[in-house]
Amino acid sequence: MSQHVISVKVENKFGVLARVAGLFSARGYNIDSLAVSETESPDVSVMTIVVRGDDRIIEQVKKQLNKLIDVIKVTDHNPENAVQREIVLAKLNVTPSKRNEIYQLAQIFGARIAGVSNKTIILEMVNDPETIDNFIELLRPYSIKELIRTGRVSILKE
Amino acid sequence: MKLTGAQIIVESLVKEKVEIMFGYPGGVVIPIFHHLFNAPIKFILTRHEQGAVHAADGYARATGRPGVVIATSGPGATNLVTGIATANMDSVPLVIFTGQVSTTVIGNDAFQEADITGITRPITKHNYLVKDVKDLARIIKEAFYIATTGRPGPVLIDVPVNISNSETEFHYPETVNLRSYKPVVHGHAGQIQKACKLIEQSKRPVVYAGGGVISSNASDELRTFIKKTGIPITTTLLGQGAYPETDRLSLKMLGMHGTYYANHAMHQSDLVIAVGARFDDRVTGKIDEFIPHAKVIHIDIDPSSVSKSVAVDIPIVGDAKNVLAEMNKIVKAPKIDEWVAYVMKMKEENPLTYKDSDVKIKPQYVVEKIYELTKGDAIICTEVGQNQMWASQFYNFSKPRTFISSGGLGTMGFGFPAAIGAQLGVPDKRVIDIAGDGSIQMNIQELIVAVQHRLPIIIAILNNGFLGMVRQWQQLFYNKRYSYTCINFQPDFVKLAEAYGAIGIRIEKKADVIPAIEKALSITDKPIILDFHVDREENVYPMIPAGKSVKDMMMRELA
Repeated sequence: MSQHVISVKVENKFGVLARVAGLFSARGYNIDSLAVSETESPDVSVMTIVVRGDDRIIEQVKKQLNKLIDVIKVTDHNPENAVQREIVLAKLNVTPSKRNEIYQLAQIFGARIAGVSNKTIILEMVNDPETIDNFIELLRPYSIKELIRTGRVSILKE
Repeated sequence: MKLTGAQIIVESLVKEKVEIMFGYPGGVVIPIFHHLFNAPIKFILTRHEQGAVHAADGYARATGRPGVVIATSGPGATNLVTGIATANMDSVPLVIFTGQVSTTVIGNDAFQEADITGITRPITKHNYLVKDVKDLARIIKEAFYIATTGRPGPVLIDVPVNISNSETEFHYPETVNLRSYKPVVHGHAGQIQKACKLIEQSKRPVVYAGGGVISSNASDELRTFIKKTGIPITTTLLGQGAYPETDRLSLKMLGMHGTYYANHAMHQSDLVIAVGARFDDRVTGKIDEFIPHAKVIHIDIDPSSVSKSVAVDIPIVGDAKNVLAEMNKIVKAPKIDEWVAYVMKMKEENPLTYKDSDVKIKPQYVVEKIYELTKGDAIICTEVGQNQMWASQFYNFSKPRTFISSGGLGTMGFGFPAAIGAQLGVPDKRVIDIAGDGSIQMNIQELIVAVQHRLPIIIAILNNGFLGMVRQWQQLFYNKRYSYTCINFQPDFVKLAEAYGAIGIRIEKKADVIPAIEKALSITDKPIILDFHVDREENVYPMIPAGKSVKDMMMRELA
């Protein structure tokens, strides 16, 4: 079961997301992440879908996606042919005495401080998904209170 | 001129040259029915929405034109679901209108509200919820276009009642412009050339044709192709009629209950030419052991059918009619005299057969006699189960659109309402529903519709008092534990026919089979139920058990 990043350009209409998601759920596949937004043309949306699955079945799902009336284009993205980014927000339980350590860590990774309170710090980082994974691992010792990621967006290099 | 949404629907149907539609009224579709009342469209009021959608499906399969259906919101719409799924699996063009509660209360659990676009999303080719009356005419135009082009299928339009009641200027679009839907019609010339070369070099080729040949009206092109190449041809269940089964090169149906010679020819083949067929599991059996020696050419209009279950060497995406016509221009006959002689010998030595009886009525005998007495010229509808398989095996189909059956979904209760649609669409042919005593009870309420419209449909019930196909599996694979498959507690079908104003004849002796069929064929103004009390535990053979291969084919009853 390998991970696939599928970028789907669709008509910007209600119901399209349900059609697309349905093709995965009907086969018992959990979508790892999904990001949907408008594109350069307001009547076209793009969905970046990250899903793990058997190559043959993913190939079949891509054909089925193409078959949907509202789907304009389906492309396979990978780290070699595409720039991929995600945002992470992490809220840590941090007392004022430990703040400096966190600041240093944030600096190494180019993360920003998005909010501070007496008990917590919220960090924000934009990067490729692997760097974000690494960053999260290094944050774990600091008691993560809450963590959220946007899901990947991906754009072909050429 | 301004029209209401309801008027726009009716006017659009007229523009689409819809001559007949099927349906059932209800609260939120009253505005539409109000205008259907004096429309130049024949309306068939069925007695259940499921009957309406199957009837429209039968009409579409028999005529090649899209079937049109209307039902109300909520239960009216959900009653359509089985019929829509049936049409979707078998690629039948339908345009279905459902009523919906007003857009102002959608999502509020209003009376008779159901999210039918949500429910039917995976079982339609496409569906629409109309949110603005200005979109209605365009949506209807698109729906007919989508339903009937590419790989055909059902399209549903959900119309909220306030949309039916609001007004707008009516312009029916002349053309459809969908940037994301452009079905490929013409096959790739290079692929076609490659395929023809492979055919020419093949030593043991077989053509495997499916329902796609019939939906693309490619039977003539297929016949020419076989004539030019001399390649033996087998068809799927839904491909029956694409090529005359009476012809020497026909191997009839393949698959689970297909002929010995079709399955063995496929198994030994070095080149399978699939046309409008999708390698469904009832055809392939165990996929690893299916056509182990063959290269595969696959002609199909649906790219998602190609290499779905079987790896394909030369895919040709395109309309079967078009692609075959192109191939016929350049294909050269392979040198396969020996192979053809071998296959013909298999055919001669292993015919479809059954052990007849002097006393009992064998179901196969009934189908054979129906075939003989109709001279093979009837439209045969079937239910699902043993009746369907015996109809396939012992009736020889020679023309497209003469065999109508739920193949993919396997919907019991499909055959009789489909027969109503077929008979309305093709009034000058005899339409016969070969049924089981189980299936016929699933939509028997439509009998009154056949009586009302004086349709001389013959319902031939192969009555064995069992849900026979399931019983057969229980006998063969579940130690004869006939768990809830015995249904010999049943209505008196003769009285039932009479109660509806139809003719009913019970046949309990073999000698009465022919006279009963003759009598039925002489009646031309009402439906006839022929209740054949057949041998109760007759089984369908040959049989390749589910998930097994041709090596495991059972030819007859083990002692």
